[in-house]
Amino acid sequence: MTWPAIVALGLGCYVLKAIGPLTYGRFSPSPAVERALLLIPPALLSALVATGILARGTELQADERLAGLAAAAVAIALRVPLAGVIFIAAGVTAGIRAFL
Amino acid sequence: MSVRADAIVLGVSIGVIGLTFGVVASAAGMSPWQAFAMSALVFTGASQFAAVGVIAAGGSPLAAVASGLFLGVRNTAYGFYMAPYVKGSLPARLLQSHLVIDETTGMASAQSTEADRREGFITSGITLFIFWSSSSLVGALGGDRLADPEQLGLDVAIPAAFLALLAPHLARRSGLVAAVVGAGIALALTPVLPPGMPIIAALGGVVAGMVTKDQAE
Repeated sequence: MTWPAIVALGLGCYVLKAIGPLTYGRFSPSPAVERALLLIPPALLSALVATGILARGTELQADERLAGLAAAAVAIALRVPLAGVIFIAAGVTAGIRAFL
Repeated sequence: MSVRADAIVLGVSIGVIGLTFGVVASAAGMSPWQAFAMSALVFTGASQFAAVGVIAAGGSPLAAVASGLFLGVRNTAYGFYMAPYVKGSLPARLLQSHLVIDETTGMASAQSTEADRREGFITSGITLFIFWSSSSLVGALGGDRLADPEQLGLDVAIPAAFLALLAPHLARRSGLVAAVVGAGIALALTPVLPPGMPIIAALGGVVAGMVTKDQAE
């Protein structure tokens, strides 16, 4: 990565982020668009979870990461605070890697 | 726990993953300051890893920038979602826009009041920015001497955090459908598209959620 490339990527990514916030108010989203916007987080967060746990590059692989996520799911259901969820997930995964 | 506490926890725990980015960037030939600059200026994990991955595989800086930008497109979707909550003077909004990414949007969307959404967004954004950029520098300076993040199970930390942020959305039927379809699309396309692209395709889950009738409407 050259310095110009770093700056170009930074600038480009920034513009992509800023389009929404900086044009807000110019147009009012319709109820349908509002509804669609609300569905973006669950669709993408879920995809990030699924690929984060099951993908290795372009391959799908079920391994100890799934156990870590399962432990996280249980913790979330039990209303454990966020710090605890992360700690449990990492701990279970690290434990399996260390001992199995 | 309060929104602020959760936001700080999120920012710190994910920011630490910047160590991994620093190590990877250094291995690809970047200097510690280049790694730091990338994390501070780009501030989007997926784009950064993709760009460095292209360089490490022998690609050109132009190809690296293109792939990084393509992965940054989902931030535009987040930007439209976050737009009502990015408030203040023009300079303030320009600064806040830099923080629009997966984690901060996820944090905001998991809250139920506007004030909490702003708090979640800003606090997680600032915390993450500090820890992500500084740990990138540390990682690039000597990360291979530190513990391997995978040994500590840190690669599961991000998906686990995202799962916690996703949970409130699953209470609505449309959110649940969007999540299931989004995950399904991403997994199905993982073997056939370059890394990161399946996530953008997961926006198809939005369409599925749109045609789903919620319980109490």
